[in-house]
Amino acid sequence: MDAQPSITLNGNTFSFTPGETILEVARRHDIDIPTLCHLKRATPTGACRICMVEVEGARTLLAACATPAADNMVVHTESPKVVDARKAILRLMLSSGNHNCAVRGGDDEDWTAFQLRVQKDDGSDALCPVWGDCELQNLAYRYQVSGERFPAVETPYPMETVNPFIVRDFSRCILCGRCVQACNDVQVNHAINFGYRGSVTKIVASGDRPLKDSNCVFCGECVQACPVGALVEKDVRYRHRPWEMKKVRTTCSYCGVGCQMILHVKENQVVKVTGAQDVPPNWGSLCVKGRFGFNFIASPDRLKTPLVKENGAFREATWEEALDKVTEKLQEIKDRHGSDSIGVLASARTTNEENYLAQKFTRAVLKTNNIDHCARL
Amino acid sequence: MTNTIGDIEEADVLLVTGSNTTENHPVLSSFAKRAVKFRGAKLILVDPRKIGMAEFAHVWLRQNLGTDVAWLNGMMHVIIEEGLYNKGFVESRTNGFEDLKKTVAKYTPEYVEGITGIPAEDLKEAARLYATAEKASILYCMGITQHTTGTDNVKSLANLAMLCGHMGKPGTGVNPLRGQNNVQGACDMGGLPNVYSGYQPVADLAVAQKMESAWGVTGLSTKPGLTVTQMMPAAHEGKLKALYVIGENPLVSDPDLNHARKCLEHLDFMVVQDIFLTETAQMADVVLPSCCFAEKDGTFSNTERRVQRVRKAVEPPGQAKDDWEILCALSTRMGYPMTYAGPREIMEEIARVTPSYGGITYERIEDEGLHWPCPNVEHPGTPILHKEQFTSGKGNFHAIEYIPPAEMADEEYPLYLTTGRVLYQYHTGTMTMKSEGLNEKAPECFVEISPEDAEKYNVKDGSRAMIRSRRGEIRVAVKVSPMAVTGTVFIPFHFAQAAANTLTNAALDPVCKIPEFKVCAVQLKQAA
Repeated sequence: MDAQPSITLNGNTFSFTPGETILEVARRHDIDIPTLCHLKRATPTGACRICMVEVEGARTLLAACATPAADNMVVHTESPKVVDARKAILRLMLSSGNHNCAVRGGDDEDWTAFQLRVQKDDGSDALCPVWGDCELQNLAYRYQVSGERFPAVETPYPMETVNPFIVRDFSRCILCGRCVQACNDVQVNHAINFGYRGSVTKIVASGDRPLKDSNCVFCGECVQACPVGALVEKDVRYRHRPWEMKKVRTTCSYCGVGCQMILHVKENQVVKVTGAQDVPPNWGSLCVKGRFGFNFIASPDRLKTPLVKENGAFREATWEEALDKVTEKLQEIKDRHGSDSIGVLASARTTNEENYLAQKFTRAVLKTNNIDHCARL
Repeated sequence: MTNTIGDIEEADVLLVTGSNTTENHPVLSSFAKRAVKFRGAKLILVDPRKIGMAEFAHVWLRQNLGTDVAWLNGMMHVIIEEGLYNKGFVESRTNGFEDLKKTVAKYTPEYVEGITGIPAEDLKEAARLYATAEKASILYCMGITQHTTGTDNVKSLANLAMLCGHMGKPGTGVNPLRGQNNVQGACDMGGLPNVYSGYQPVADLAVAQKMESAWGVTGLSTKPGLTVTQMMPAAHEGKLKALYVIGENPLVSDPDLNHARKCLEHLDFMVVQDIFLTETAQMADVVLPSCCFAEKDGTFSNTERRVQRVRKAVEPPGQAKDDWEILCALSTRMGYPMTYAGPREIMEEIARVTPSYGGITYERIEDEGLHWPCPNVEHPGTPILHKEQFTSGKGNFHAIEYIPPAEMADEEYPLYLTTGRVLYQYHTGTMTMKSEGLNEKAPECFVEISPEDAEKYNVKDGSRAMIRSRRGEIRVAVKVSPMAVTGTVFIPFHFAQAAANTLTNAALDPVCKIPEFKVCAVQLKQAA
């Protein structure tokens, strides 16, 4: 019998299942190999090269996300050679657009000129909208890299803000392709892809149209996948910072798929919704309603007090008064016309616990089985 | 669903019918799309409209409205005729094959073509694809159920799956896609006139006695109650005097709205408990403000029977209360004290009295939900139903004849109308219409009409049309679209201002009392 193959990562030996990549083995053992283009549930592209590792005996550094683990392979994930290569990649990325996080470097006039140019592009004198919530910035900090070694390159494509949900800021795009995979390989909506290629590569929608005029269905999978500030929810941009928001995992309240979602809460308001990663049934995906249809929660039209109708018009009432009135009327009708003269419509929108109590109330208190809900409608 | 959502990606063949999956279950549709794109699965789509899934379909059968039993019988005819059915499964796990065989004998592809409009050759191809697949899964939705023959349609799908043995294994099954977050749970919890939680029949005396002792009451009724579609006429006749509505908006979602409104006007008393002053709430005598999902703890059960946690993220507005708290307060006032520390304690009671939820606890579903049946706390849940045997032993084939829809097009009302939803709105719109972005994408009601019909009725894209049925009329924007089939128009039912359900037919399925939302006859004119 063949022994299970094993691989050595940073001096420790681990067994693996044939077909696993170096990255997968490493992640299983909490060895942190950085990635940018890598998207779970999609085929590795090896495009960004940030996950390069040193494999003994190999002529060049290899992309951990795309290289299968092999028996007796010896890998160094943070060797000086690896670190130098990652620094070089990060420098290039930081200089390839409006990466005006402080890690770009604070050198005087150059910074001022740069910042003024960014402001011209994105209309904001603040730092990048995802400052503090950016994988590129995190890596720049981790490897202590700034962007000033290379001259900043201007972005030829203006920001797109003409749809209600997503801001596309091409000046902050690092062309990692995660959004393209999220759209084509995960949601399979075929709305965006690489366009123009070469030094003028752009992520384009349906022949380079604005998203609103393309096949885009605004599921926002691309926004959730974007590691930088290129794709940001319009309502969140420059309004809410990640550390100001409490995160609560719950179940979506629209269709019956039951997507697991994270509500991002600030000052008692849900201000952003993301898909909960790595759990069934949705594994991080959401649709446009789940991701962007949360405004009803804090709508000014929400009912805030009980209402009682008098002479054809509603007036506000206390809970005491409203409940007394309901009790009195239901009791009176039950006494006069019998239990089966009362009906209850439970709700496909409320919880199991509440539906259970609704039928318990109907059956045990009203003493009728006249209970239904809109399953048929 | 008999199987899980993740399972869809395992299928070799997917039969999708009566489900506009990409618009109504977008995240679930991506499992089907990935199966086709990356795993070589073949998709058979049976739908009267050229919906988004058509782009991924290998065979698209466009049936006449309301002819589902006919094409299903036709597929089974071909499968039996060509000996493609799963003889082992039929012999060991089913009853009634001979009757089925006799009934479908006359449904030759040519005969079926005459009823359904589906070319005989296409039907044969679909039948062979489905029958010869190693694993084939059926996904369906309201396009199958919202007919006067809704029950027949569902039974026919089950017939087909059993005939080919596509049950009880990963990548197979008969999978209804539930349209509301907790419609599965509302059914599971006994929000139905004939069953307690866990589908325990109210007419069963032993069950009634068990519930009486669990709840500490006497005199539980063993007479099944009225469905929502029966409550409306009962109100009209004066038999139903009071209605307590929790989080429902029948005045947009019910069929034949003019009539529904009249029915509710006959009530002596109506109380509505909701998060908004809906069209229905406006007619109430008392309105009670409740919490929305983001303001409460509890559980929802999704379409794959997975019980999942709901967690409170924000405080409710004003004095709004949890629905369960309101119910407890009312019950206590009416002489039956109901007190719970919170939803967790209610779930403990549910688990005690509901066999299929016996093993559900908040601790167990903290990270990942569990699929019922889950009878005890050691049980891992049941992602796939009917693995070894059906709930009642053997599966029964139902020999079913095709019955035409309740209303057919005629000279006066020459067009067929079918209703449904669009991606950017949800049900009666009370929630989605509070988002400007969603309204920008789907601002108003429209009628989707084929280019041929647009020319015939002299209406242009973006112009206004009047649509009239025997029950009412509405004025809507015209959307000329290749999605529509000539002779049939589509209107989404979300919009109260031009409510499609003003037009729809309240004719019911005789068994499950579902209205025929998917077929009625209308006339269409240019609006002044």
